[in-house]
Amino acid sequence: MPGFVETFFNLEIMRAALPYLLQGLGTTLLLVLLVVPLGIAGGLAVALLYRSPRRRVRWPLILYVDFFRAFPPLVLLIFLYAGLPFAGIEIGAFTAVAIGFFLNNSAYYGEVLRAGIESVPRGQWEAARSTGLSAPRAMLWVVLPQAVRNVLPDLVGNTLEVVKLTSLASVVALPELLFAARQAQSLTYNPSPIVLAAIIYLVLLWPFVRLLSRLEHRMLVSR
Amino acid sequence: MNAWDRFAATFLDTDVMARYLPDIAAGFATTVWLALLVVLAGLALGLALALLRSLRFRPLSALIVLHVDLFRALPPLVVIVLLYFAMPNAGWSPSGFVATWLALTLVLSAFAEEIFWGGILSVPKGQWEAARSTGLGFLATLTWVVLPQAIRVTIPPLTNRTIAITKGTALGSVVAVSEILASAQTAVSFSFNPSPLTLGAAAYVVLFFPVVLFGRWVETRFAWKR
Amino acid sequence: MQREPPVLSIRGLRKSFGATEVLRGIDLDVRPRELVFVIGPSGSGKSTLLRCCNRLEEPSDGSILFDGTDIRAPGTDINAVRRRIGMVFQSFNLYPHMTALGNVTLALRQVLKKPRREADEIAAAALARVGLADKQGAYPGELSGGQQQRVAIARALALEPKAVLFDEPTSALDPELVGSVLQVMRDLREAGMTMVVVSHEMGFARAAADRVVFMDQGEIVEEGPPAAIFGAPQHARTRAFVDQIVRH
Repeated sequence: MPGFVETFFNLEIMRAALPYLLQGLGTTLLLVLLVVPLGIAGGLAVALLYRSPRRRVRWPLILYVDFFRAFPPLVLLIFLYAGLPFAGIEIGAFTAVAIGFFLNNSAYYGEVLRAGIESVPRGQWEAARSTGLSAPRAMLWVVLPQAVRNVLPDLVGNTLEVVKLTSLASVVALPELLFAARQAQSLTYNPSPIVLAAIIYLVLLWPFVRLLSRLEHRMLVSR
Repeated sequence: MNAWDRFAATFLDTDVMARYLPDIAAGFATTVWLALLVVLAGLALGLALALLRSLRFRPLSALIVLHVDLFRALPPLVVIVLLYFAMPNAGWSPSGFVATWLALTLVLSAFAEEIFWGGILSVPKGQWEAARSTGLGFLATLTWVVLPQAIRVTIPPLTNRTIAITKGTALGSVVAVSEILASAQTAVSFSFNPSPLTLGAAAYVVLFFPVVLFGRWVETRFAWKR
Repeated sequence: MQREPPVLSIRGLRKSFGATEVLRGIDLDVRPRELVFVIGPSGSGKSTLLRCCNRLEEPSDGSILFDGTDIRAPGTDINAVRRRIGMVFQSFNLYPHMTALGNVTLALRQVLKKPRREADEIAAAALARVGLADKQGAYPGELSGGQQQRVAIARALALEPKAVLFDEPTSALDPELVGSVLQVMRDLREAGMTMVVVSHEMGFARAAADRVVFMDQGEIVEEGPPAAIFGAPQHARTRAFVDQIVRH
């Protein structure tokens, strides 16, 4: 039996797989650049609509958020990718991922931003409006900055989750990092490419995990 | 046939649903079992790590932080794939069930440790001092004074995180665990109809929606004045 | 009476935090039933001195004998010692998740292993002693600051300590609530409790203390009866401090 290092950290195989994996990383980053802004935009829409005084508006929003908190994103993705074609709607892996993640992430970002906006005292809004600021301006310049600051750890944490979530795209054969690693593994009969992919994820995300830890700690201490 | 009828015929075919209901139900049982094992083991391990960290023994704390950081940074699916596809090369071939369980347990333990530890830190130093000044030992202080207060602030984030990670049992479908999603996908490929997928989706909602509502209730219940 | 051995005997006590030396060789004896009042500018090491007496802070050097036990000796069971030294904190530090009764009974049950009924009886008596017989079931959040501090005193008294250390017990209280806490301390003194008090309540010191200790920069500058310290301080630093206090 070959040694541990040869098996899991086979440099030769890693070197051969690297270009392929970097290509996958490129797709992962592209996905991130697409789904993070989309999710934040959708979440902001949820959070702003939730300010409506009408229960008829707020209830569906809560339902929407809670539904996607309960629903596994992978199931949603499979439904879009493998289910819709039965209705004659072929949307392809990339669109399925984009739509699925948009729906899922909007719910999560919506919940975070809603909590953030609610954490800003009403007096801030009233003070801004009393100086003649329009509602959108009061929201943009006075309420949102404080809201974001108050829930910054949750926002960073959620974004981290979104980035990690892109690995699900491998299941619908979108050639992102994990998919590329599994392809390389099946070609070489060696797990080193998967280990390499894990290392790439770590290098990419570890700084954010540290940042998050620090933010969470600071919130705790400042309370 | 209007659009709705066509949709219903495709996605809500009751005959197909009835035929594959037993399969989905079996998958449901597997998902519930897997989820329970993940929650129990993940929370227990997370609490144990947080308690060990409260001893403030530096080398040990460093190891715990390493564990936490590692499993907060790695996507759960990557951990599952590593365990299932890479471990056999080291002579250990976990089943898909074990691989999924272990991966999600490790991930949940990391998040849970961080939340429990945050809870312990949120208890003011004076509480430790007051308890120790009456002769209570480290463990008694932790058990009777610090943890009851820590648990209170940890319950809302812990509930949310536990739900989010437990939903990941669906990832088991990738490594041949016949839980809800895998059972539904198999049924779709046999019946050539997506209705089993609809049924599977409904099963997830039935399973997790009440938990999410419970989480909301907990959130308001434990939002106490400080 | 002078022959009785001191309850607390401190010799050459030193404490450093990193490079800063907060206590620079403290010698102090506290006799049974004595009320010793420690005064001094903030940062003079008063609180650290108290906290070293039950090793909430670990002394850097020196010896502390409590009731004949060397509390720094390797074999000493510090929890057993702490049980016999009561401590009252500036910020009360009541357990917010327990009732007043629960706060008092916790150590009785967990440290002294008293059965529930007996612990409840002792705690009820201790709460009655501080004038809170009717607040047994109240949570700290439902009590005023003065009431909370009296519960904290009852928590210390229930363990029948040989001495009680008070670390600025009234500093966090609104002025109108200070009186109730001082009254409890006065009652304790009448009952013969040995007490060491760090506080800025100079009026109380003048009226109730047996001895006043003036600390500055980690040293005991001067000690004596309150009349002497407040009326005719020997040392320039004491005089400056007392003048400043009196002017206020």
